[in-house]
Amino acid sequence: MALDDTIAALATPPGEGGISVIRLSGPESLRIAGSLFINGRKQKQKQFKDRYFHYGFIRDKENNIVDEVLLVYMKAPRTYTREDVVEIHCHGGMIPVRRITELVLEEGARLALPGEFTKRAFLNGRIDLAQAEAVMDLISSKSEEAARASVGQMEGVLSEKIRTAREDLLGLLAHIEVTVDYPEEDIEDMMAGRVKERVNDIRRECRMLLESAHQGRLVREGIKTVIIGKPNVGKSSLLNALVRENRAIVTDIPGTTRDVIEEYVNIRGVLVRILDTAGIRETMDQVEKIGVERSKELTREADLILILLDASNPLEKEDREILDWLKDRKVLILLNKTDRPPAVSEEDIRCITDKRVIKTSMLDGTGLDQVEDFIYDLVYSGGLGSRSTVMITNNRHKQALIRADQHLAEALKALDASMPLDMVSIDIRNAWEAMGEITGESLTENLVDRIFAEFCLGK
Amino acid sequence: MEFLAGTYDIIVAGAGHAGCEAALAAARMGMKTLVVAHNLDAVALMACNPAIGGTSKGHLVREVDALGGEMGQNIDKTFIQIRMLNTGKGPAVHSLRAQADKKRYQAEMKLTLENQENLMLCQGEVTEIRTRNGRVSAVKLDTGEIYQCRSVVLATGVYMKSRIIIGEYSVNSGPNGLFPANKLSENLKDLGFRLQRFKTGTPARVNRRSLDFSKMIIQPGDRAVPPFSFMNGPIEREQVPCWLTYTNERTHQIIRDNLHRSPLYSGRMEGVGARYCPSIEDKVVRFHEKESHQIFIEPEGLGTNEMYVQGLSSSLPVEIQMAVYHTIPGMENVEIMRPAYAIEYDCIDSTQLKLSLESRHIEGLFFAGQINGSSGYEEAAAQGIIAGINAVQLVRQEEPLILDRSDAYIGVLIDDLVTKGTPEPYRMMTSRAEYRLLLRQDNADMRLTETGYRLGLASEKRYRKVCTKLETVQRELERLGSLTISPSDRVNKYLKQKNSSALKSGISLADLLKRPEISFSDIIRLGELEDELKPEIQEQLEIQIKYEGYISKQLRQVEQFKKMEKMRIPPDIDYRDIAGLKLESVQKLKKLQPENIGQASRISGVSPADISVLMVYLEKRRREKKSDEA
Repeated sequence: MALDDTIAALATPPGEGGISVIRLSGPESLRIAGSLFINGRKQKQKQFKDRYFHYGFIRDKENNIVDEVLLVYMKAPRTYTREDVVEIHCHGGMIPVRRITELVLEEGARLALPGEFTKRAFLNGRIDLAQAEAVMDLISSKSEEAARASVGQMEGVLSEKIRTAREDLLGLLAHIEVTVDYPEEDIEDMMAGRVKERVNDIRRECRMLLESAHQGRLVREGIKTVIIGKPNVGKSSLLNALVRENRAIVTDIPGTTRDVIEEYVNIRGVLVRILDTAGIRETMDQVEKIGVERSKELTREADLILILLDASNPLEKEDREILDWLKDRKVLILLNKTDRPPAVSEEDIRCITDKRVIKTSMLDGTGLDQVEDFIYDLVYSGGLGSRSTVMITNNRHKQALIRADQHLAEALKALDASMPLDMVSIDIRNAWEAMGEITGESLTENLVDRIFAEFCLGK
Repeated sequence: MEFLAGTYDIIVAGAGHAGCEAALAAARMGMKTLVVAHNLDAVALMACNPAIGGTSKGHLVREVDALGGEMGQNIDKTFIQIRMLNTGKGPAVHSLRAQADKKRYQAEMKLTLENQENLMLCQGEVTEIRTRNGRVSAVKLDTGEIYQCRSVVLATGVYMKSRIIIGEYSVNSGPNGLFPANKLSENLKDLGFRLQRFKTGTPARVNRRSLDFSKMIIQPGDRAVPPFSFMNGPIEREQVPCWLTYTNERTHQIIRDNLHRSPLYSGRMEGVGARYCPSIEDKVVRFHEKESHQIFIEPEGLGTNEMYVQGLSSSLPVEIQMAVYHTIPGMENVEIMRPAYAIEYDCIDSTQLKLSLESRHIEGLFFAGQINGSSGYEEAAAQGIIAGINAVQLVRQEEPLILDRSDAYIGVLIDDLVTKGTPEPYRMMTSRAEYRLLLRQDNADMRLTETGYRLGLASEKRYRKVCTKLETVQRELERLGSLTISPSDRVNKYLKQKNSSALKSGISLADLLKRPEISFSDIIRLGELEDELKPEIQEQLEIQIKYEGYISKQLRQVEQFKKMEKMRIPPDIDYRDIAGLKLESVQKLKKLQPENIGQASRISGVSPADISVLMVYLEKRRREKKSDEA
């Protein structure tokens, strides 16, 4: 943990707001902003007037426009952290935020730790003494949140891949280091060529993971979740409740949601792509029919299916058909409209299926927390196939990969310059550390363990 | 019967490698010092291998020397072979190692102690540490002497409740038939110390005349290597070789057939052994796919035929040892003079110490060497000199000397022991040093001598010497940076010979030296400079210029590291008061009482968030104090 490097993070709540703000603080803020920003006339701009909004664009290294933004530069010390601060106001939504954060990290910023802006503000004397306790609370509660999320993500495929790459690096380091510490043991010396090969392999893996993130595969897809149920059972209300935005049209007339509506929601850090289908009902209406066909098709590709049943009306043939049709799938049953007099009980459903049932009401929000719990648990317990979990990428992972990639590039450069391996190992160590989580794990203990586990040494 | 036998500033218990350095440092810093040793024939005893130095350990010896310690000088007087290891690798990991004449090493060290002003050496067993108001006041010997003092350094090695084990046989004894110290560990327990039980071992010593060297590979020393001490110039001395041979399938079969007779596998041993120092039976079991293991035969001295058999440490019964040793090429008729043995002993849990090596709960009580759970002569000496210095600083009521992880290998060693503790005998390794490119053996004097001099330990002569070195290096760096060389037929022809690309325009000599294929002697020739620089200056210039990129990278890391180390944590802090710390962290911080934020951050289980919370709390406290004062 460095005390005065340049940190960056999303400053507005995550999710689909209209505008998101990415904040940078530290001595490199201005340089980083200058390297990513082009003005309204698409020209480079390196100087920014203090405390003014500058209109322009953020572009990537290949000169592609990432988003249209407003950028504010606030010169130290008259800022929140008393350091140079830059804020980039971009469009809300996952993709621009992730992409811009990524670019900022590539330019050398570090992802801020939980509560770090506020911590700096306090340590630099910006926040008064009375708030010290609040600052400490903020740091610890935010970190717990982050830790919980990262524990979950440890299960993810991406973290698994990073972990594998990290293990490879450790193995490589152990081999270099053992020949340094035990030059007289009959252990084959690591040759520069071989080190280069292995660094290249690991770097390729890093780049591939990053690449896939760049292409947005990981970001855009999310867990594909389909809501199905008879018309007017509350599918759109559920979607709205989850999205907390009124994009789908909700009426009392069956069949209003004709086509598929698609929304992204962020359920405790899990990106979920929800598709609201037209109500399933065999109908003569052509438009409806396409909708029904389409929803059958969508459920075929879904990672998770939310089935809505109406608790205030007895189960119909269609309901049983749906349940039967989806019996081998990852399904959550929502027994909705529990605010009305019940006609169906949980037990009635349990007689038909052993799937999890949650009682909900879209009127007062009953059961929604449980639905979110279910989705969160499902992802973090690995209940979904790898196809979905690889998508729960986050910025920490990206930062790890970007940094590791930079260190590995330096290692390769050093190898080409015929630097001794025991120096190249400095870059490899740095790469290993960059790939670490925020837990502050120690390299030397891991390394020493690995050396003694793998090699036969001694007097 | 008890009687008051004398009063000293500092008492050192034990005269092994830690005790000698502690006592010499204290006496040289002007303290009236008493060394109590169990047996004066065992001063500076090398109970295991007959070598000083090696990877990372060589660095420790040079650091001890740079501070004004004795180990480097003593091995320079008594080595019978010397080598620079890792010369094919980068300069950071070059390591000196010497084979010692063991008996002469001991004799020279003992004489140095005897000749040292302010220092008194006596034989006896310390059995009790006496305290008054939480502060050391005296030690008591088994024979009744009470010595009053202001500080004590305990450097008792592996002797506390030591037990030697050879197969089914075991005896309460120290190494080499020396008495164990059976009472001190009880006394330490009474004083509130947590103890651990560790284990180590040593191979057999065999008669040189019974070995057939024609079946072994000779391992000679190096001709021109610098000695250990920065005070010594090149030493011309005839050297004796070591010998290399190998175990084979027959060796391994005998071991496998008799594993049930090993105390390690039959559960007759409780101590924790070190992974880096396995017995041959460990190696055969854990790495069963390996068809043979290296065995080095090393002389124990010029005045003896005893040879040390590195690689065949064992705790099997003597009968089996004999069978095992006889299977090895060149050892068919070997005569075992002293059998291999394992030894178990008490040591303290080193997390009970401060970074100064003083006990956290008893003022004036310092610990150094194997009693802290380390292993190795060099690790012991390194702790010894620091404990000695800090015992003096306490008496002087001055700040202790704390070397951190970016100052010295000594700093890494002590920080690891004190902050993390060690579950097995701790050995230094270059891989443990994060900033090892800066902590080279060639610049230990440039890093540490000034510190040693300011403490009154390193001599004036030593200090002047390093000042000159520093000035010359600085001056020459500037000169090489400013002198440019222009392309000419002569220059480019020379470069072509060296497989180096031709110059197209002028370039500074420093930039030319950055090319991997160009050495300092090439620069002298190309730049037509006079070759008046000493080899150690050339070495510094070459390293600092060639590896400038990596050096500055590490310097930047050190800068960040130092900021955390400088944030002191007041000793009266109550972690339970700090809202937002995890309960687990509160317990760990309370137990280990880190001295600064950097040290706190290295305690396992304390997260970066806890550190942030702690920093905010300390700032809050600072401001509250300030406003109280105003």
